Amino acid sequence: MTLSSHFAILVVVVPLVMAPLVAVLPSRSGTPWLVATLTAFVSFLLAIGVTQQVMAQGVLLYELGNWPVPFGIGLVIGPFAALLLLVITGASLGALLWGRASMNQEVGEEHQSLLYACWLLATAGLVGITITGDAFNVFVFMEISALASYVLVSAGPSRQALTATFKYLVTGTIGATFYLIGVGYLYMMTGTLNMADMADRLSQVSDTAPVLMASGFIVLGLALKAALFPMHAWMPNAYRYAPTIVTVFLAACSTKVALFVLIRFDFLILQPNLGDHALLFTTILMPLCIVAFLVGSTVAVFERDLKRMLAYSSVAQIGYILLGASLVSSAGTTAAILHMFNHAIIKAALFMAVGAMVLRYGSSRISDIAGAGKSMPWTMAAFCVAGLSLIGVPLTAGFMSKWFLIQAMLEIEGIGYLVVFLILVSSLLAVVYIWKVIEVAYFQEPASMPQGEPPRLISEAPMPMLLMIWLLAIANIWFGIDPSLPLGLAGMEVQQLLGASR
Amino acid sequence: MSQSTQILLALFVPLIGGVLLTIAGRWPNIRETITLTTAGILMLLVWSFLPALLAGERPEAHLTTLMPGLSIAFKIEPLGMLFACLASLLWIVNSVYSIGYMRGNHEKHQTRFYACFTIALSAAIGIAFAENLFTLFVFYEVLTLSTYPLVAHKGDPQTIQQARVYMGILLATSIGLLLPAIIFTYSVAGTLSFTPGGILEGHLAGPALGLLLLMFVLGVGKAAVMPVHRWLPAAMVAPTPVSALLHAVAVVKAGVFTVTKLILYIFGPDYVFSQAGTDWLIPAACFTIVAASVVALRQTSLKRMLAYSTVAQLSYVVMAAALLAPISQVGAALHILAHGVGKITLFFAAGAIYVASKKTELGQLNGIGRRMPITMVAFTIGALSMIGIPPTAGAISKWGILGGALDTHNMLVILTLLASTLLNCAYFLPVVFRAFLLPENVAPKKDHGEAPWPMVLALSTTALFTLAFFFFNGIPIALEMQIYRGAP
Repeated sequence: MTLSSHFAILVVVVPLVMAPLVAVLPSRSGTPWLVATLTAFVSFLLAIGVTQQVMAQGVLLYELGNWPVPFGIGLVIGPFAALLLLVITGASLGALLWGRASMNQEVGEEHQSLLYACWLLATAGLVGITITGDAFNVFVFMEISALASYVLVSAGPSRQALTATFKYLVTGTIGATFYLIGVGYLYMMTGTLNMADMADRLSQVSDTAPVLMASGFIVLGLALKAALFPMHAWMPNAYRYAPTIVTVFLAACSTKVALFVLIRFDFLILQPNLGDHALLFTTILMPLCIVAFLVGSTVAVFERDLKRMLAYSSVAQIGYILLGASLVSSAGTTAAILHMFNHAIIKAALFMAVGAMVLRYGSSRISDIAGAGKSMPWTMAAFCVAGLSLIGVPLTAGFMSKWFLIQAMLEIEGIGYLVVFLILVSSLLAVVYIWKVIEVAYFQEPASMPQGEPPRLISEAPMPMLLMIWLLAIANIWFGIDPSLPLGLAGMEVQQLLGASR
Repeated sequence: MSQSTQILLALFVPLIGGVLLTIAGRWPNIRETITLTTAGILMLLVWSFLPALLAGERPEAHLTTLMPGLSIAFKIEPLGMLFACLASLLWIVNSVYSIGYMRGNHEKHQTRFYACFTIALSAAIGIAFAENLFTLFVFYEVLTLSTYPLVAHKGDPQTIQQARVYMGILLATSIGLLLPAIIFTYSVAGTLSFTPGGILEGHLAGPALGLLLLMFVLGVGKAAVMPVHRWLPAAMVAPTPVSALLHAVAVVKAGVFTVTKLILYIFGPDYVFSQAGTDWLIPAACFTIVAASVVALRQTSLKRMLAYSTVAQLSYVVMAAALLAPISQVGAALHILAHGVGKITLFFAAGAIYVASKKTELGQLNGIGRRMPITMVAFTIGALSMIGIPPTAGAISKWGILGGALDTHNMLVILTLLASTLLNCAYFLPVVFRAFLLPENVAPKKDHGEAPWPMVLALSTTALFTLAFFFFNGIPIALEMQIYRGAP
């Protein structure tokens, strides 16, 4: 066997093994950052390797320690998982490359080695959830990533970080527990934890009470982890008070992973076996998603803090993603997967730009960044590009998402037309909140200093930050013109999830 | 140079110019030279397509395909050619004018101003040459976004307020109505290419078609059919060169051009107006014409009066395009051109008056014709063209529209044309009367004559264009007749 056949497991093992090593490196030197970044880089390369294999083969199966699958743990990497793998490792690498200056400013040097160790653990956990084919394994990795994320969020510069973490911890634990209860019931009824096996055996016990309970617990628990309205309350403050570098990373991928598990679990295991589960899935989730994007966008309009504004925008975007999936149609699911990818690059770019402003202005209040258009022209220009992508202006990635989502909604006719209208209303709200920032940054003079103090000189963000911000801004345009990578993978996945028939 | 490269070059030349002039921002003279050179090159590139077009060729270019059936591609046809020629020609004149205006007025942020102008022009060319509805939509949105900084140029709270109205209405209509209409068209017809005779026949009929037409007409907010016209008066807070080139030519003409193109190449006029539920378009346009003219009558600010006059004139084009008579549809195309040169002259004059005397209100204009005779003569020519009196450009296009109305015996249109002509007289002629015949009532802050020479040069040039079009109109008419007769 060649090394490349082990990429699938290496992508989770590498960060997992490197984490304790980073923890013992001397904190006051640059080494923890360097080692973590190198690790993230290797993970990213491995993820690219895995994606290539998936593109060639369709699905990548890997048996841990050569134990045949129902007995040992198997890894199953489909096209959707591969895409998410790229997002997770890419976000991890991108945020690390971007955020060294931000980390140094916001977090005391003495804690840095521990934080970078947690960072790698969180990455490993998220990657693990994505690639495993075992339902209990998902829970294990979920806890690894969640515990590590709590530590990361709690390291924020202000004391509110602790209360934000507490809320995050309580909700996260409830979500994970619900999921575990659900898996427990399913194990009780089917006697297996392997997802493929579970899907096979569930048909024999399909409409029994424990299975129905299990489906409820699993969907609810994962929706909680994914911050679907009205279970989003933990998210805005967690994003607001976490160190900005952590926010960039988490916003790009953490809730997406929960959505991924939800979509995969539901489409592969629950829907084929439970009579009217698909219908329930649609009728319960679709209204929640619609409310999610309407409420999320509306609250974002009135938000005065940049990070919280973007967090509420994320609430809305999660609504879009799940709305596509809730249609249980191939067009809808394609739209969901595509938007998951696009939203990751949009939000990462926006949070990176905001982080650069936080670094220079020392505040994330919108009113404090007046004049940023002049003092930080490159950062603000990238913010505009990513903002336009969030709104869904043509030739940006966000437009592609909207296009596919609206097409999927038009397919169902009737109520679909109403939902299209609501999606567009929400897009217009996005115009309002993005424009609020642009107006302040470009057309407002900086607030005058108290008498006697010299005016503050704000300079452009440091070069590594700018490079990463622009890399993502260009990615937003690139994938708006040539969406073949995410679209191709989404198409392959939909074939597998829904079969050619649907 | 192949035709395809030449088309792409026409799109990118303004952008390259924009980058260069941003770099040269510190040296105003070099910056202005770059603007003028860019405008000159663009005009050469665009106008050199004329012989090919007249010979019946349809040059094409393909940039990229996003997914099957959805590509960024270009194809020049007579209507778009006319629009592109107009925009590229007037950009040169407008640039000369801008230099006089911006310097004479000591405006700030001049580099940003010129840079945004280049993007807007590139977008206008993109709209003109678009091969399909998707490409057109892309550049339509670019045009909206690139003109926002120009409208908000002054940056004071009141300007920002108006700029928000501008952006808000244009984006809300395009995202809320135009985009779903496009996606819907794509999902029923499977293509978005502009095809003579339309692409919807056999796919959609009856009231659904009427609804789609409504979504398109209101979605193209730039055409300013009531009730989505409010952005145009709001845009008047911009510096006058912006109002002149963008809000009398590029942006608003992009709107009516889009509507005309939709009717001709997406709906197919013969098909769409044979269906039930589409007969509201002509009355809506007539209403806009009369209502906007009445509102114009009540304005006290010169620029706002011109804006409402534009709203009315734009609906001429929409109305003419919807008349089922070839001659009126040629009239629609010509009116894009005639109104363009006439209205830009009027705005140039308004800006010249502002720079020289800081006057903006109609009531202050008494006797100004004696201080600024060239400006006010040009203004008079523009006004006559708006009314449609020979020997001006407006007479030709109105002739065509009226001809179509008579052919189809459409009383509503005939009456609207009559009423509108009277209303036009009622709000334009008093200004001319005031300027030349009444004694000065408000003394200017300091004694003044004409505005700086670049402005006078620009406005007399466009006034001459307005007159010349009355006599030399063979080429555009021959070009536009191709739409109906087919290429020779």
